[in-house]
Amino acid sequence: MEFFSHQTNFPFMATRKVWYTLSVVLMIVSLGSLLTRGLNFAIDFTGGVSAAATFPQAVNVDEVRTHLTAAGFKDPQVQNFGSAHDIAIRLPPDPSQSPANVRARLESALHGVNGGAQVSQLDVVGPQVGKELKTSAAWALFFTLLGIFIYIAFRFHTWRLSFGAILAVLHDPILVLGFFSITQMSFDLAVVAAILAVIGYSLNDTVVVFDRIRERFETSRRTPPSVVLDQSINQTLSRTIMTKVVTSIVVVALLVLGGAVLKGFSAALMIGIIAGTYSSIYISSAIALDCGLTAEHIFPPVKKEALDHRP
Amino acid sequence: MLEYARWKYFLVAAVLLLALLFALPNFFGEDPALQVARKDHAAMDAAAAQAVEGFLTQHHIPFLKSYIDSGRLMVRFANVPDQLAARDAVAAGEQFGGTYITALSFAPRTPEFLRRLGLRPMPLGLDLRGGLYLLYQVDVASAVSQALDGFAQDARRALAAANIPVTEVSNVSLGSDKPNAVRVVLPAQADVSAAKNALNTVFQGLSVDVESLASGSAITAQMTNAQIKERQDYAIQQNITTLRNRVNELGVSEPIVQRQGLDRINVQLPGVQDSAEVKDILGRVATLEFRLNDTQNDPFEAARTGRVPLGSKLYTNTRMGRPVLLKREIIATGDELTNATSGQAQEGPVVNVKLDARGGEAMLKATRQNLNKPMGVVLIEKRRETSVVDGKKVTRDVTDEQVINDATIRGIFSNSFQISGLSAGEARDLALLMRSGSLATVIYLIEERAVGPSLGRDNIQKGVTALIVGMVGVFVFMAVYYKVFGLVADLVLLANVVLLTALLSMMRASLSLPGIAGIILTVGMAVDANVLIYERIREELRKGVTPQAAIRAGFDKAFSAIADSNVTTLIAGVVLWVLGTGPIRGFAVVLTLGVATSLFTSLMGSRALLTLMYGGRRKIAHLPI
Repeated sequence: MEFFSHQTNFPFMATRKVWYTLSVVLMIVSLGSLLTRGLNFAIDFTGGVSAAATFPQAVNVDEVRTHLTAAGFKDPQVQNFGSAHDIAIRLPPDPSQSPANVRARLESALHGVNGGAQVSQLDVVGPQVGKELKTSAAWALFFTLLGIFIYIAFRFHTWRLSFGAILAVLHDPILVLGFFSITQMSFDLAVVAAILAVIGYSLNDTVVVFDRIRERFETSRRTPPSVVLDQSINQTLSRTIMTKVVTSIVVVALLVLGGAVLKGFSAALMIGIIAGTYSSIYISSAIALDCGLTAEHIFPPVKKEALDHRP
Repeated sequence: MLEYARWKYFLVAAVLLLALLFALPNFFGEDPALQVARKDHAAMDAAAAQAVEGFLTQHHIPFLKSYIDSGRLMVRFANVPDQLAARDAVAAGEQFGGTYITALSFAPRTPEFLRRLGLRPMPLGLDLRGGLYLLYQVDVASAVSQALDGFAQDARRALAAANIPVTEVSNVSLGSDKPNAVRVVLPAQADVSAAKNALNTVFQGLSVDVESLASGSAITAQMTNAQIKERQDYAIQQNITTLRNRVNELGVSEPIVQRQGLDRINVQLPGVQDSAEVKDILGRVATLEFRLNDTQNDPFEAARTGRVPLGSKLYTNTRMGRPVLLKREIIATGDELTNATSGQAQEGPVVNVKLDARGGEAMLKATRQNLNKPMGVVLIEKRRETSVVDGKKVTRDVTDEQVINDATIRGIFSNSFQISGLSAGEARDLALLMRSGSLATVIYLIEERAVGPSLGRDNIQKGVTALIVGMVGVFVFMAVYYKVFGLVADLVLLANVVLLTALLSMMRASLSLPGIAGIILTVGMAVDANVLIYERIREELRKGVTPQAAIRAGFDKAFSAIADSNVTTLIAGVVLWVLGTGPIRGFAVVLTLGVATSLFTSLMGSRALLTLMYGGRRKIAHLPI
């Protein structure tokens, strides 16, 4: 089987204004949402209590909330989680309460609801730890971007390609963050890990396309840059799409079957992979072209004087 | 013509065989098991194993094979009820309860020959097997402050001994331009140089400074950064030792107690559910006392009649197994203990004990007067016990006292002495016990994560289902899209998973749910290399190149793109590995190793396989790609 038996010939460069506009709109929406709504940080970052409890019968979420409030828990968030028997409870950090006996207090508060519940998972994170995890997540993001930028600076022979790659690299995590801000899905440590993986992974395609651009310029120096870029993207298109389809198969498997713990993680990967594919096909090369990329930037003409000095 | 060097075939085959061997233990599953260890930390031997097995047979509890693993006996059971029955029987058994500690555990069903080779499955993280994760904050500032208090006290004593008048001796912890210092203020009439001399030994190693004041002068001794760090490290190390001892006492199998960052300790207890009891025991405060033996009276007589001589105290709970009478006066306590290490001296293994100046002075006096008489070491533990009385929870503080050693005083000593007459193992244990006697400084619980066992099972099931479905999806897709070459890619992907599993098992890195997700993601991403190569081969074929040349060109031309695209993933993986903790680090480890294994399998493995299939001098008209 072959989806791309004939060489495709999409005019990516001629239509780049359309793709730029789409990207800019998505970025503005993402950044706008991040600035106004922010992220729904999980207790990893805010501190507090997160618990999962299983009841013998289906349970009313409001009833649980009433019982928890009556037991002295402030602003409890209660949600169904998986099935009608299972609930997820989230409590904001409460400095007036000792964290030592949260489990006992929770269990006794839930005792009166529908025959009592079993606490199957309990996370208690101190506010200090939450603040630190936030800082270390920010550092991880920073160092990954730094590492990638250093790599890009050494890898490509001209800043025009590097600039395109960097914009593509920044583009993807912003869209993932935007997705988490708009949907208000819980943003935990695993999501940060997924975003870092996306940053590394989505650059793959850009590197492969840029490699092809270099190869094309080598064989056909006289062809206009926009044609070379179009050819390069089209020639690598089957690989780009195939790889992403296969990776999406496993990520969808994770998203559907991996359970609640991995939901945010796999959603971040999914969005990241889509954004990454988009940016490496439509954005990174186009930016390089608009920065004035030509064959000379990759293969500088040999200077005459340099030759003359040779013995 | 398509060729591949013979040594490369050999390398690929050797690596894969080895990987298969190392990955093998993971495919056998686990049995419920009871871990039995000796309370005195001595290793279990064949005789002890026989005793336990005989005991179980006697109580009609069916069990599967048992084996000894790092000094602990693992008895496997066919089902959980048998396992629980065995635990209760051993705990209730008269000769057993006192000698052994048991822990509920899971034993891998790994065959004997693999276990003999030291091969084990990957340990499962707490999110997969259920358990309790605790993160403690160690109050290191108070450890430094304690050391300063010690210096201040010694300084006061030294000045008093030299008859030098003192205005004030204070501990300057923080908030001045000279923090972490002891400040001695002398009145105008005091002889500063004499005072400096008197303080010479006390302030040894500190940076000492003299300044003139309006009303006299001040000597400031400041701890150097190295000393502060040493003090903090010592406090954390001592707390870790204490916590580790207590965790062992709890009878948890495969516990982890480790330092995290500068001033944190994380404790991981697989299988533990009741967090209140565990936290209670871990936070317990304990201390040591050194007392002289009462040699005038017979401890056996006192134990038998229950009449304890005046001025003495009877201890029936001793590590020596015999009653001991100790005098009521305390020579020194654990508060004055600064260090205890085991070592080797002329007379055999010893415990080197170090006391601070106050304890040293008292010890000097006591030993001078009691040469060749025995002295006892008592371990005192205070803990909070929770019991249910009339349906109400009642907590009370309980004090346990145990004599851990009594030995004859062989010489006059003060703050530094040795306890001899021990075996090497006993010396190590005693030093450990003395060190772990009390927590060096207060610890606060700052993070707690508990996963129930059923949730853990659920997580494993979900992870494994996603892994299988994802892999099958990829395999089918590749086979349909690239035909025979797709099947080759599938084989290579499978080899990649085996290799990754082998590496993780060798490293004993514990597998978390994000780790499983990492394996799944590695499968999805490792395909990339194969796709790059195959698309290149197709491209070459389209150009009209011969099949064998197309395969060679495919591998050669795709190489730089494959290497590049893996480097970027590697950067993210390494950063996460360095900065992440817990399950996230598990993901990073898998991601990073996965990049390495997929490079090997897709570049070397698939090339070897394809060359084997289409290589040599054969004429091949068409490639099934």
